[in-house]
Amino acid sequence: MAIKKLLIANRGEIAVRIIRAARDLGIATVQVYSKADKDSLAVRLADEAIDIGPPQASKSYLNQAAILAAAQATGADAIHPGYGFLAENAEFAAAVEAAGLIFVGPTAQSIRLMGDKVAAREAAASAGVPTVPGSEGRLESEEAAFALVEKTGFPVMIKAAAGGGGRGIRIARSAEEFHHLMPQAQAEALAAFGDGGLYVERLIEGARHIEVQVLGDGRDVIHCFERECSLQRRRQKVWEEAPSPSLTQAVREKLCSSAVALAKAVNYRGAGTLEYLYDDRTGEFYFLEMNTRIQVEHPVTEMVTGIDLVREMIRVAGGEPLRIRQDEVRVGGHSIEVRINAEDPARNFLPNPGTVSALSVPGGDGVRFDSMLYQGYTVPPFYDSLLGKLIVHDKDRPSAIRRLERALAELSVEGIFTTKPLHQALARDADVKAGRFHTAWLEPWLESHAAALATAQPPSAVKVAP
Amino acid sequence: MATQQIFSPLPGIFYRRPAPDKPVYKNDGDVVAESDTIGLIEVMKSFNEVKAGAAGKIVRFLAENEDAVMAGQPIAEIDV
Repeated sequence: MAIKKLLIANRGEIAVRIIRAARDLGIATVQVYSKADKDSLAVRLADEAIDIGPPQASKSYLNQAAILAAAQATGADAIHPGYGFLAENAEFAAAVEAAGLIFVGPTAQSIRLMGDKVAAREAAASAGVPTVPGSEGRLESEEAAFALVEKTGFPVMIKAAAGGGGRGIRIARSAEEFHHLMPQAQAEALAAFGDGGLYVERLIEGARHIEVQVLGDGRDVIHCFERECSLQRRRQKVWEEAPSPSLTQAVREKLCSSAVALAKAVNYRGAGTLEYLYDDRTGEFYFLEMNTRIQVEHPVTEMVTGIDLVREMIRVAGGEPLRIRQDEVRVGGHSIEVRINAEDPARNFLPNPGTVSALSVPGGDGVRFDSMLYQGYTVPPFYDSLLGKLIVHDKDRPSAIRRLERALAELSVEGIFTTKPLHQALARDADVKAGRFHTAWLEPWLESHAAALATAQPPSAVKVAP
Repeated sequence: MATQQIFSPLPGIFYRRPAPDKPVYKNDGDVVAESDTIGLIEVMKSFNEVKAGAAGKIVRFLAENEDAVMAGQPIAEIDV
């Protein structure tokens, strides 16, 4: 059944992106909004807009009943969840289908399976995809843990089973350290989380973050090659590119086929991403997790392959089979995306919502700016700080970096501080130019470049909030 | 004794508890020191503490837990 009217259950730049894709397909759009987003660009662009509640996400963009009611009230026949909010909520996907509507994404069953770390690891293992060596579940005793690390080798991470987001992680580099840290970790996990359960995983030091884009129609799956997103701060990606500057062709083929094997094993439908750690000294890669949604950094893949991923996921959701064969997917040139956030790199990335008093957007060949901004727009404080993404494409990586510098120089967002000076400094950095980085590279770099970043953005360009 | 107000330093969501399963920082009628935390403001997913700013006794909270607040909005009254 082809989709006629699509409701966008999201906000910000991704809502704008989805509206554009739908319109390119001749599909009508309904934008839901919280009271804080009444004046958003997505609301202005959509054919219809409907209020779903107060600013707090828990009462609006996460309110499943309000979103389903909005779909019924406007006669939408499909819901696109974007990323974040309800995008990877299996219960919501099931509720959308139970209401007789199309969920633009995978089945609730796929979301549930990939959202469960242990089940995802098992699915990967049975599809022949390597995972980081470690315990299959929680470990109750120090003896059991030690027996395991003798097999995985050092260094290892000791993690609290009930922890998350990097909390409660300890690193042991030898058996002696392991025996010293294990009781501490157990006691700490018990005190912090009320659960002393631990698991152990081999630490891949200096690893890169590489992910593979896949597209499936529930029967067939293709990959659209990889992205590298190793430049991260507090586990948040800040700069992403395609192709990866660090993969050899042989590893690239192995990595991408492993992603297709796993996505096929779960009959994947829609756009998805398989994340890996890659050790470029050994050429080994390890599956981390699958994100069952469109990702923020999808445009770099679109720029190098020419495939409109958002349009394809909408077509597949409407019941069409994949229109692209694997041998038709080719990579041309190099693309880089940088995230323009409402954060001040000079003040430890302090978020600063406020009014955009003036805006100049870069343009020209190979430049794309996916954003939620317009001149006079007031960025609300209630959601994440992503304002938009600057994406460039050129024939090779050095040209793409030069083009990025050119486009950043053309970009001007007045009235609020942004992460633009960070990206200008990164684009000039010798290691970045040489592609010499890993997931733990950026944070120490930020410390050693704090002085340069502190003076990069003149306060005169910004009207400081009261 | 004079009554003064504690203002939100930032726009965002106001929380009276450090975490959903923890007790509130302060109740109406509590005595506070200048540096005591009385709540949190969530701005773009980052959490910022709101200090009492003066020693005294909290008369009442003017903002509820999870209220959307503007910078400069009064969130509590305090007798100093």
